[in-house]
Amino acid sequence: MHTESSISIWFFIGISLLVNGLLIFAAGLYEIEHPPAHPVVLFALHAPVWWGALLAAAGAMYCLRTWPRKS
Amino acid sequence: MILFAAAQTQHLVRLSTVDVVIVVFYFALVLAIGFYLKRWTHTGEDYFLAGREMTAWIAGLSFLSANLGALELMGWAAASYQYGILATHWYWIGAIPAMLFLGIVMMPFYYISKTHSVPGYLKLRFGESSRALAAVSFALMTVLMSGINMYSMALVMKVVLGWDIHFSIWVSSITVAIYVALGGLRSAIFNEVLQFILIWAGALLIPILGLVEAGGWSGLKARLVQNGSAEYIHLWRNLGSFSTNPMGIHWTGIVFGLGMIISFGYWTTDFLVVQRILSAKDLRAAKMAPIIGAAFKMFVPFIVILPGLLGLAVLPMKLTGEAAAVATGGHSYNEVLPLMLARYCGPGLLGLGITALMAGFMSGMAGNVTAFATVWTYDIYGALIRKSQTDQHYVRMGRWSTVLGVLISVGTAYLVMQFLSIMDYVQALFSFFIAPLFGTVILGMLWKRATAAGGFWGLFAGTASSIGMWAWVKVDPAALSYIALSNHAKDMAENMYRAMWSWIICVIVTVIVSLATPPKPETELKGLVYGVTEIPREEHVSLLHRPAFWAVVVSVVLVIFNLLLW
Repeated sequence: MHTESSISIWFFIGISLLVNGLLIFAAGLYEIEHPPAHPVVLFALHAPVWWGALLAAAGAMYCLRTWPRKS
Repeated sequence: MILFAAAQTQHLVRLSTVDVVIVVFYFALVLAIGFYLKRWTHTGEDYFLAGREMTAWIAGLSFLSANLGALELMGWAAASYQYGILATHWYWIGAIPAMLFLGIVMMPFYYISKTHSVPGYLKLRFGESSRALAAVSFALMTVLMSGINMYSMALVMKVVLGWDIHFSIWVSSITVAIYVALGGLRSAIFNEVLQFILIWAGALLIPILGLVEAGGWSGLKARLVQNGSAEYIHLWRNLGSFSTNPMGIHWTGIVFGLGMIISFGYWTTDFLVVQRILSAKDLRAAKMAPIIGAAFKMFVPFIVILPGLLGLAVLPMKLTGEAAAVATGGHSYNEVLPLMLARYCGPGLLGLGITALMAGFMSGMAGNVTAFATVWTYDIYGALIRKSQTDQHYVRMGRWSTVLGVLISVGTAYLVMQFLSIMDYVQALFSFFIAPLFGTVILGMLWKRATAAGGFWGLFAGTASSIGMWAWVKVDPAALSYIALSNHAKDMAENMYRAMWSWIICVIVTVIVSLATPPKPETELKGLVYGVTEIPREEHVSLLHRPAFWAVVVSVVLVIFNLLLW
């Protein structure tokens, strides 16, 4: 929601998804390079990589679309 | 209660550095939102109703998020492991019709009357005594429930992560107190929408990966039949008798008790959720918001019920009740969601899943606290203690009562920690008021002959009868067979039938007393009652912008979903 020059709630959501997505994506890449001793079930699907990328992409889109601008 | 004993043993998952970073980032962000929004919070309307400028989407998502607590997520995942797909009724027939009814039928009266709260509506419609009864009971129950939720969250964090209970209670409560006291309802709503997105982002992967492991929907059904029974995969087929389904309930209890009374009571008169809709920017947004909430609610079983069912299908161990879990050192039904999280989620994803659980707890707590602050300030303090003060005075009182509400919640959490049986009593107390309150509000909105005396005595009689039935079953468990009209009824059925009878008693008493007392003049009912209130028409609005059209769409999808899982 925009009120006068306030920051949209969707911008905060975008920031959250972007940061979390990047962290999860990076953790997934690290796990591919350094596989854990006790991997989770379906580890071979590398869910953190594609789920993290998906969240980061959605977050980046929200950030760009709702970037705070002076009214 | 016994979860506490489990908490003394070992925890389920261990967070890595990246998980901790994700959790800390979440806390930093919600606090930043609170500090940022303080600058837009000056008047009572800003603080208690978010300036009445929320869009339908934001009000609708917040309306749903305030209810989507982590206890709800974990509790219903556990119920679906225990009872199968029947648990979905609490999300579909037990929510959607009531949400649509709120949007289409009731919202115009709440919105046009410009009330600040549900007790405030009762004041306008039935007078001060009804408001006082509803406000005092609501304020008390809200902070007590908030304390119970807080304690339960701390316990879950202890079981899942091994965190100290005091640390969890104080960190979460101080965070909520700061961001709500700063930005009021606006801050709570912003954070609830953020929490809603995080809950989906953190929980959606479990059913996706679970279905892959189980071999798709058909593979899941085959495993459920193998590990549970054929009754676990049907919504309605086994509800013809109390004895042919795992819940021990009859379809009349689901349809009339849950679908028509309990859910209508909760979703249309519990101020915790209705307050979010009152923040909408105009009447059309206020009507659309519950419909948007209903559309999303329909898909919540995907992240709640499905993980529970998948747990039954794929987990190598058999989960049991709390008592058996403590006795054997195994896992209980309540741990199914964290177990599934630990099964599929490594570093990063685990942090997001834990953040989703904490976000759920905190959105529920913030919902309770904002509703308490509003009802305390306007319906108790402003109506009974210090009338006619300035708007700034009430904003200050709202901020202080937010902090006070959090402190009472913390006190309740510690009280429950010492005397665990209090939890059962407080949860029961909350249920006493919901069904009769719906009877009073709906008669007030739809029947202009209802009088002040009728409203008060109907609400009083319905609540008293609910307490009476509860005490009767507590003293003599065999009484359940009279209340539910069957010897085969189980505990789950009690709430349904008790709600149904207390609503009926409320309505009958309201009607009899109203007919015996002089009616209110119609001029005093304008904006409050159907038939004497001019509701803006929507002929000039395109079909796609009409709330009624989307309510029909949601209803049709709901029917299709029920038929698919019949």
